[in-house]
Amino acid sequence: MNAPSHDSSNVSFAVVGTGGAGAITAGSILLEAAGKTGWYGLLNRSVGPQIRGGEAAALVRVSTKSAVCMSRKFNILVAIDWKNADRFVNVMPVASGGLVVCDPAAGDPPQAVLDMDCTIVKCRIGELAGSVKGGRENMIAVGIVAHLIGLPMNDVMKIVQSKLGKKGEQAVEIGRACINAGVQAAVEFGKTYLLSPPQDSSKDHWLITGNEAVGLGAIRGGVRFAAAYPITPATEVLEYLTPALVSIGGALVQAEDELASINMIIGASFGGRPSITATSGPGLSLMMESLGLAAASETPIVVVDVMRVGPSTGIATKSEQSDLNIAVYGFHGDADHVVIAPLGVADCLFAGQWAVHIAETLQTPVIVLSDQSIGQARVLIDTPANVSFLTQRKPFVNTGEEYKRYGLTADGVSPMAIPGQMGGQYTADGLTHSQRGTPSSSSRDQHEQMDKRCNKMDEFDFGDYWGLCEGDIENDTVILTWGSLTGAAHEALELLEENGPPTRLVSLRQISPFPIEAVKNVLKGAERVLFVEQSYSGQFYRHVRSNIDLPFDIHKLNREGPNVIGPEEIANKIRDWKDQ
Amino acid sequence: MNAPNLKASNFKSDITPIWCPGCGDFHVLMSITKALAKLGRPPEDVAVISGIGCSSRIPAYTNCYGFHGVHGRSLAVAAGLKVARPDLTVVAMSGDGDGFSIGGNHFMHACRRNVDMTYIVMDNRVYGMTKGQPSPTTESDWDSAISPGGTGVSVFHPLVVALASGANFVAREFSGNIKACTETILDAINHPGFSFVEILSPCVTFRPDEKEWKNQVHTASVPETDDPARAARRLMTDDGMNTGVLYRGNREPYFASVSDERGDISALEHAFVV
Repeated sequence: MNAPSHDSSNVSFAVVGTGGAGAITAGSILLEAAGKTGWYGLLNRSVGPQIRGGEAAALVRVSTKSAVCMSRKFNILVAIDWKNADRFVNVMPVASGGLVVCDPAAGDPPQAVLDMDCTIVKCRIGELAGSVKGGRENMIAVGIVAHLIGLPMNDVMKIVQSKLGKKGEQAVEIGRACINAGVQAAVEFGKTYLLSPPQDSSKDHWLITGNEAVGLGAIRGGVRFAAAYPITPATEVLEYLTPALVSIGGALVQAEDELASINMIIGASFGGRPSITATSGPGLSLMMESLGLAAASETPIVVVDVMRVGPSTGIATKSEQSDLNIAVYGFHGDADHVVIAPLGVADCLFAGQWAVHIAETLQTPVIVLSDQSIGQARVLIDTPANVSFLTQRKPFVNTGEEYKRYGLTADGVSPMAIPGQMGGQYTADGLTHSQRGTPSSSSRDQHEQMDKRCNKMDEFDFGDYWGLCEGDIENDTVILTWGSLTGAAHEALELLEENGPPTRLVSLRQISPFPIEAVKNVLKGAERVLFVEQSYSGQFYRHVRSNIDLPFDIHKLNREGPNVIGPEEIANKIRDWKDQ
Repeated sequence: MNAPNLKASNFKSDITPIWCPGCGDFHVLMSITKALAKLGRPPEDVAVISGIGCSSRIPAYTNCYGFHGVHGRSLAVAAGLKVARPDLTVVAMSGDGDGFSIGGNHFMHACRRNVDMTYIVMDNRVYGMTKGQPSPTTESDWDSAISPGGTGVSVFHPLVVALASGANFVAREFSGNIKACTETILDAINHPGFSFVEILSPCVTFRPDEKEWKNQVHTASVPETDDPARAARRLMTDDGMNTGVLYRGNREPYFASVSDERGDISALEHAFVV
């Protein structure tokens, strides 16, 4: 007896509790088990800044096809407790016909929940956990959700074995007993939200976060050195990279601050080792001067900025797309560099690799603008393709003639010697320099080197990687977005196919240098363009507008974080379009 | 790896330094090139890293690989390079403003981290390139346009901070004593871990009083030690003018390093398969 709103290709649930209650762990076990079954899915965390005692919620969507963004409405909400629930229930509305499961011992649900058009079921989660010696409430929640969505129990138990096995067989047994108790309790609800069987259960799936994916992508690209300072929500990039780099003979150094971390990677890259750092807005602000040094000295580096709500400290655990301005325009002087943005969690892998390829090929800094909504989201995806770039710095060859580190070439890229190479000695410099690298204040040297660095960008073939186009090219309504909101825009397109004007999607992965010709071309024939971005001031809109003419009827859907823009809102904005 | 018959001239570039006549940094350039010749590694196996300021111009005056970075960050560039390329000899060179003011935080943490490299600070107790402002090592009553009558601020003591922060080799020399400078620099490079050498290097333009340094410096009356407590006691009575090696520790250098093998990443990819 499925609810009318329930679509058997898609189910969303939230497990909420106080930080430390294990809500995130419960969500992770369920998502991983769904992967074993052959489904796709996505998990996002809604957490407060406190590690213990703050709010914590695992928001999970499981589906029979690739899930690219979080649902705005949830079929199931399991509350281990309601402490701090007022801080987040507004971001996880339960769908009409949905189910809320809560423990009567934890008190009444907040008014916001009582106001939702859903069924509320009381279930003594705490008592059930207490009936198993050492039992935990979050494992009861796992059992409840597994039953409600029809997750095969042997897949759940496999994950429990692999997650709890290291704590000993007793921990696994306790976990199993709790899950079974949860299942038994859920049977009594007389309600399910069963997901259709997977389309192809034989295919391997990957379970990966955006922060892990960008790290692995960078390693695929050749990165062997990293230096970084911890910062939410980028820290997982570093925690992933440390053991990963060590396992392949590389290293990560924890620096004393972001000023040190960016200069450490500049030093390592000068030494010939592709290098990366990861940070968030406050760290990127500190790095700006040295990013300019990397541009002027033509030292390849990659900086991943996992954007969060700003300005200043903002909301460290929530997402925004508001570092575009500083990433593109924050340098003093005219410092040529590249800014790219992954188009979703899975694309973080490609973006990480592509960033290293561009940096090494062009001997330039590359900033990757990820954000919290994709960096900390965990997804189940098909095994990603292995893109192979021919990544190589233009090598120095000792001919016995005087070496010009910054010599003028047709493509603007000069051969780069690395320490240890005889005859290649030069001094890399942030001072204006001659072709040889000697500090200079001559107008000719300044002009030559500016031209040369600009030329590198002009001559480089960014290929078809500049962005993504979806939908019929004849459709004259266009959703124009970038980076992490691509998934929501993609789903909006699907909603509009069912009900709405013919619309297509254009999303930019290449932010700077702006892909002028590509975007001009793809916007030909457009009449109406909707800009979608997570920025109060519309940084993306202004950026596009400063690069190309926009002879279209323009609407904007832009706002600050933390409320992430979702597919329904985008679709509604198109449906309600009033020509201006 | 050792190249015999290297001379100081093999380590000098053909670029004429822009320093003022009489600047102590000329002598430091002589000492570092002599020390590198004695070290016996070819110039391409040595990297000289600096920040911003008169003294930080030094990399381009050598024939080694060089990096002239932004103000205050030479130690970070040098540490990244040394971890990534443990096969190289890495020497960071800086001034008192670059090293102790804008780069002060990195100084402390470089001492703690103990990466196997050498840090030489040419201390002239003034910002020379910006024409004479007080630095952290300037006397608190030194008169200047920006701080008339003096800063009134306590003088920074680099050797105390280096020792307290965990530097593995701490020394002071005077730029005019080229022989002693050369020996101490070589000693510092050869000593494992983070080695710090303060070289008193007069700025004859903005601190003409420092011309007197040659008459004021004296060899320390106490021998070097591997005991931080003894070294600390000596620093308590330091007049700022005694020279020689103060402390030679035996801490293990920083462990992390990058190999030049490109490891197999298939296990990393497999780890994500459900």
